[in-house]
Amino acid sequence: MSELRQIAFYGKGGIGKSTTSQNTLAALVEMGQKILIVGCDPKADSTRLILNAKAQDTVLHLAAEMGSVEDLELEDVLKTGYRDIKCVESGGPEPGVGCAGRGVITSINFLEENGAYDDVDYVSYDVLGDVVCGGFAMPIRENKAQEIYIVMSGEMMALYAANNIAKGILKYANSGGVRLGGLICNERQTDKELELAEAMAAKLGSKLIHFVPRDNIVQHAELRRQTVIEYAPESKQAAEYRELAQKIHNNSGKGVIPTPITMDELEEMLMDFGIMQSEEERLAAIAETEAANA
Amino acid sequence: MAKDYTNDAESHEKLIEEVLAAYPDKAKKKRQKHLGVAQPGEEGETEIASKCDTVKSNIKSIPGVMTIRGCAYAGSKGVVWGPVKDMVHISHGPVGCGQYSWSQRRNYYIGNTGVDSFVTMQFTTDFQEKDIVFGGDKKLGKTIDEIETLFPLNNGTTIQSECPIGLIGDDIEAVAREKNKQHEKTMVPVRCEGFRGVSQSLGHHIANDAVRDWVFEKGEGAGAGYETGPYDVNVIGDYNIGGDAWASRILLEEMGLNVVGNWSGDATLAEIERAPKARLNLIHCYRSMNYICRYMEEKYGVGWMEYNFFGPSQIAASLRAIAKNFDETIQENAEKVIAKYQPLVDDVINRFRPRLEGKSVMLYVGGLRPRHVVTAYEDLGMQIAGTGYEFGHGDDYKRTGHYVKEGTLIYDDVTGYELEKFIEQIRPDLVGSGIKEKYPVQKMGIPFRQMHSWDYSGPYHGYDGFAIFARDMDLAINNPVWGMFDAPWTKAA
Repeated sequence: MSELRQIAFYGKGGIGKSTTSQNTLAALVEMGQKILIVGCDPKADSTRLILNAKAQDTVLHLAAEMGSVEDLELEDVLKTGYRDIKCVESGGPEPGVGCAGRGVITSINFLEENGAYDDVDYVSYDVLGDVVCGGFAMPIRENKAQEIYIVMSGEMMALYAANNIAKGILKYANSGGVRLGGLICNERQTDKELELAEAMAAKLGSKLIHFVPRDNIVQHAELRRQTVIEYAPESKQAAEYRELAQKIHNNSGKGVIPTPITMDELEEMLMDFGIMQSEEERLAAIAETEAANA
Repeated sequence: MAKDYTNDAESHEKLIEEVLAAYPDKAKKKRQKHLGVAQPGEEGETEIASKCDTVKSNIKSIPGVMTIRGCAYAGSKGVVWGPVKDMVHISHGPVGCGQYSWSQRRNYYIGNTGVDSFVTMQFTTDFQEKDIVFGGDKKLGKTIDEIETLFPLNNGTTIQSECPIGLIGDDIEAVAREKNKQHEKTMVPVRCEGFRGVSQSLGHHIANDAVRDWVFEKGEGAGAGYETGPYDVNVIGDYNIGGDAWASRILLEEMGLNVVGNWSGDATLAEIERAPKARLNLIHCYRSMNYICRYMEEKYGVGWMEYNFFGPSQIAASLRAIAKNFDETIQENAEKVIAKYQPLVDDVINRFRPRLEGKSVMLYVGGLRPRHVVTAYEDLGMQIAGTGYEFGHGDDYKRTGHYVKEGTLIYDDVTGYELEKFIEQIRPDLVGSGIKEKYPVQKMGIPFRQMHSWDYSGPYHGYDGFAIFARDMDLAINNPVWGMFDAPWTKAA
């Protein structure tokens, strides 16, 4: 067994983190890797495609039922899915109550202390939305994930979130050695998406690991609670995920300390790509339409 | 009365400079603003002895210095709400805050503890990790239900928030509303998370606001149908430390006044509910209860005035000032009360003044005491060399000018180092402060009295209290132990 590799997927909510990560990990397991997925989202849907079902017994839910995490056994929460991928969901409170961030810290500590990381090659964390608080930065912090992969697209808010996550990585890069592995662009078919993603990666001092094209087959697979790798192993999309998995596998130790940019720089970049209008352009456009209407 | 001493302003100013010199520039600049010397009062201001509001106050303590301040939870649970005896006060959150404030301050009360009174008991929701992660509202509701089962004679519950409640955003107001409906008892959620504000002072304010929003605004309660009498007054901000409120109340009653409510020492919820019906609010601790008095003035037209029952000079002045708000009968009664106690006062002064004359005192306390006790010492012939507030505001320092003499050393939110240096240099005959200061000061060979808890003695309010106060100060200062302070082998043969 090679040395344990810990990676994490971050990105704006709804960008396809869970889908991308599960498909990638399903491809990695084909390469003979032993994998543990740690879902760090109170919705507990990070392992649905691997388990072909939504995980019901989350760490925090069971701990609360039994009294405390000390009463919990690893077997109670560790489930095995597609090709023996081990899955754990941290779980958390319903929206609007309690502290989900504290929950992430509690469950990751529990998993480490109880040997969930023994006998695996990869631990992959799938973390909700943005880095909203210290709890959700847990996988970035000391001795957790070595490389962070940011799932993004050509949409402005996805780029903004990516930049924010890079700031979070930078914060812990010196104390804990976490690195930015690269960006994964999930195609949304926005203007000049590939170029923009590459430019963003360059700005962050990183690289675009892979550009995942949009394909409806992902939807079909998801509806059947499966990864594309399982649902349509021969499809073109499955090959894309295999390529991404290979790239991540080869990217070991090649992460970088990111160089996040300011909001102004980000907007400037979008203007350069013609996605956002500058103040002058907007005024000119208004004058033009007014002239046309007159 | 020989109150015409002055302090040596020049040496005090020099002392401040010396003490500040030890700080790095940044800390020095900040702390400088909190230290000062009482300035001459303005021309024509006959009642003002000096000007003390030049020091900065009510701002954040500097990290790394030893501050003596408390937190907002301490201000609400420990000071304002905790003494309300027929309500249960839940320390909502992890166990520590409630555990370490168990037993309360020495807020004396009459009642059967655990049956109809709960002041010295500790109730907590004892948060565990799962309560943080999943929220503690359900546990809070369950705790209130259990309290109803176990202590059915309670008249209501307050929820005293500890820090995590504000961090995880629990909706304690919703729980309070639900349980109010279910049990038909007053439920008071208090957002006094410890991290709010710079000291316990904000906790007092938050607790006052909770009285307004969750008692007064919820209906008349026990005040319904109460017919206001001509002499109805409330005593606000007397916490009955060692029985203070009782020693005060008898004087008001002997004067013919009817004390409708006394908050919150030995208080019941009914006394709070009835308070808006009184004619006048008499404020003892201005700092912790002025907010609700201002509100009662605005909303119900109940006027308020401050008074001071420490030492015979202030007691007599206060009784007369209070009587002025009422008819001649009361005014005559006030004179009778003063005359009645004069022999007691003379006895006390004749006995203790010769033993205490000319002794100097340094004070460092909270609330109102840094100024209110000044005259009591002066009645015994003693002199105040320095005084300061843990959590006072500008208006407290302004009021301090009514009491202290020009040249008095004034220190706000004093640090451990500063206070130690001041005491070392001034070497007063007595220091009055808290438990944390007591033993270092005594080890310096200087007599000490705790002026938060009256050093497990009291009461100190009223005429009865003055007798005890005088005795206690004498016990501390003239204790023969101080004659043994030097080791025999260091004495000259």
